[in-house]
Amino acid sequence: MKRRDFLKQSVFASGMTMIPSFLKGMEFLTPEQLSGYRNVIIIQLSGGNDGLNSIIPISNDIYHRARPFIAKKETQTLKITDDLAFNDNLKEIKKLYDLGEVSIINNVGYPNPNRSHFRSADIWQTASDTNQYLSTGWVGRYLDANCQHPYQAIEIDNSLSLALKGNTMNGIAASDPNQLYRTTREPFFKNIIKNTQKEMLDEDNQGYLYKTMLETYSSASYIYETSKIYQSNTEYPQNPFAKHLKTIADFIVSGLKTRVFYSSLGGFDSHVNQLNSQDRLLKIYSDSVGALVKDLKANDRFKDTLILTFSEFGRRVKQNGSRGTDHGAANNVIAIGGSLKKAGVYNELPNLSDLDNNGDIKYSVDFRSVYASVLNNWLNVNDQTILNKDFLKLGFI
Amino acid sequence: MITSLSDKQIQHLYWRTGFGISASELKTVRVLSKTQIIDRLFEESKESTPLSMSFGALEKNSKELSREERKQLRQLRNKKMSELNTLWLKQLIDTDQVLREKMTLFFHDHFAVRLRTPRACIHLNNIIRKHALGNFGDMLMEVSKSPAMLLFLNNKQNRKDHPNENFAREVMELFTLGRDNGYTENDIKEAARAFTGWNFNKNGTFVFRKNHHDYGTKTIFDKTGSFTGEDVIKILLEKKQTARYLTEKIYSYFVNETINKNHIEYLTTIFYDTNYDLQALVRAIFKSDWFYSSNNIGTKIKSPIELIVGLSKSFQVQYEDPKVLLYLQKKLNQMLFFPPNVAGWTRGRAWIDNSTLMLRLKLASLTLNSGVIEWHEKGDMPENMIIRQQAYKKIKSKLQKKVKAIPNWQAFLDDLEQKNKSELTNFMLQPNLSETAKVIVSKLEAKDTKNFVIELLSLPEYQLC
Repeated sequence: MKRRDFLKQSVFASGMTMIPSFLKGMEFLTPEQLSGYRNVIIIQLSGGNDGLNSIIPISNDIYHRARPFIAKKETQTLKITDDLAFNDNLKEIKKLYDLGEVSIINNVGYPNPNRSHFRSADIWQTASDTNQYLSTGWVGRYLDANCQHPYQAIEIDNSLSLALKGNTMNGIAASDPNQLYRTTREPFFKNIIKNTQKEMLDEDNQGYLYKTMLETYSSASYIYETSKIYQSNTEYPQNPFAKHLKTIADFIVSGLKTRVFYSSLGGFDSHVNQLNSQDRLLKIYSDSVGALVKDLKANDRFKDTLILTFSEFGRRVKQNGSRGTDHGAANNVIAIGGSLKKAGVYNELPNLSDLDNNGDIKYSVDFRSVYASVLNNWLNVNDQTILNKDFLKLGFI
Repeated sequence: MITSLSDKQIQHLYWRTGFGISASELKTVRVLSKTQIIDRLFEESKESTPLSMSFGALEKNSKELSREERKQLRQLRNKKMSELNTLWLKQLIDTDQVLREKMTLFFHDHFAVRLRTPRACIHLNNIIRKHALGNFGDMLMEVSKSPAMLLFLNNKQNRKDHPNENFAREVMELFTLGRDNGYTENDIKEAARAFTGWNFNKNGTFVFRKNHHDYGTKTIFDKTGSFTGEDVIKILLEKKQTARYLTEKIYSYFVNETINKNHIEYLTTIFYDTNYDLQALVRAIFKSDWFYSSNNIGTKIKSPIELIVGLSKSFQVQYEDPKVLLYLQKKLNQMLFFPPNVAGWTRGRAWIDNSTLMLRLKLASLTLNSGVIEWHEKGDMPENMIIRQQAYKKIKSKLQKKVKAIPNWQAFLDDLEQKNKSELTNFMLQPNLSETAKVIVSKLEAKDTKNFVIELLSLPEYQLC
């Protein structure tokens, strides 16, 4: 059955009547509204992905000299230009690249980079300066400023990242929307909800629990009712990350009024024997994203989707003593989308002959410029209220 | 100076130093003075009971293993990790050395290690337990030299001319000084050189490999010398910032996430002047007046382990299938021996998001009443609500089928001296009731104590201690 017909038959006919009356203000998108409803999927490669072995400066002697044991040989790569090549585990990404649907932004980072996973991930997620400690994330502040409902930013995970936590609104973490929904239906809990008004809640931990409960109740209803519309039949690889991306596709094609999706793939902290571990993870990443894009294309939603992939830092140019690499600094960011303004290699390649004191790549693009471009150019909102500063917008989108 | 404690204050002390208090124990300690109760807690934790389990083929030298055994080794490791997890969880529930276990839980998070090698993990856990109420410096040294830490933070690979900075960075950032508190990238690089050569042999015994050690001169915090790893740890302990960082963390664990600067300064000095005596530090906390002030009572969000252990302890819950305990820990984002990363778990509100909260609220009914919250409201009840509730009872969710827990209600009820609504509420819930909870509780029937208790434990208030 086509989505459109399914919508008419099931949702308009019966589904909506199941929603409790006080939730009736909620909308989902009709097929007509759906087209042009832009979203962004953010993928965090946790642990610090080695960008140099993902998108490889294959002709650069410094690269090969610094990594006698772990440098990729040309035969292990997929050529982009004479100087640049994909790790051959990124086959699906390369295919999209050839279609003009990938933009590679090099040397993304920030001044005085922090090399702690947690601190650097916090910096990326909160969009702070290196010595600034923020308790809200940039997506959370986007919710605060531009959205009405928590479900407008969804993280496909058991727990919610700092990135999606705002001052007045948090995003929703949902790895299993059905279970979330069932639990909120419990009569005892419904009774608690009925007797709670947001206005009477304090800012303390107790108030926080009640507030979260209220938001969960309404969001779970919405997500559950709406996402029933579409279940993908595209084949995805068998791994948890791919399953998360499939859930995102289901949400997008179903017409969930969600602007930002967040998902992460972990294990990139390759201090030891990095070739095996990183290659395996890159393949999972590439195959899963490939399936997601295929799914979205089949449903004509790829043109409204932007997929942004980052890691908390890159890795040291020089290999360490255990066939791995230590924590580094600037790194590449990959933007994938059906409506990129500038596909290909967006800016200059990392300069391996001009490294910082630690032997790490220097940044030339502030990561917040990438966020600013997504917010301003793609989601059409004021980026300065969210990022608290005016960052240069990039032309990839 | 407070010399005696109210019931609520005793419950507070027992929740923070352990996992709550039973009605009979409350009856016993109620007649004691504050000092006597605190002494009793330390007395109970005087001894240390290490975890122990057999490792089967994992204990053999891999060369001695048959081909078949080697094949099964990986599976066996995973199986033993799960066993180790539930072994400790059971000890947390059953132990009399409550404070020691609670301190062990704190340092399990502080020295967060995530490995798939059960022997290394149990060894580290027992080191921490042994020193949990002893000297922090001794603990730090022994932890740093344990196979678990050497493996996890790659110090095994840290060699002269091929340094691996992982351990050197984290020992400053996470174990002693705290992030960005008085060290530089250069200090890390130099310290990494000092830790070269630290390794362990096949039996898991620490060895110093001389030919891997960098004997050159290092400069760390303006001190210069041909430092060893031991020297670096001593230098870190000499810094009062280490005492302060640990004190802040312990304070936020036992007292309040919002730090009171005066309390911290007072405690830091005690900790530093006693050369990092953990017992002296936590005793000072429990002896203070401010520990029992109302803004510290019922304001902490229980960690998933505190929630699960607290519930299981109160009702002596038996789990038919121990896998359930793994499942619940996983879903609630705190699995013993599997911290998310080297920084450990993020606590407080970070435990709570929409999906974890709903499971947490459901946990009491799942473990104590096969997933059903019987729902009796005084007076009128809308008819459709009754119907819905009946319908709901019929739906046995996957979760309910899975949990299969057997609580000892009889023991709980026999023990109970709190009979009326307000007594029961005060005993089961630590915080003052929210406006919503007041309305809900006022409508509930308390004739059936069992149901009333489940209802209380299903309120958001039970998530706090």
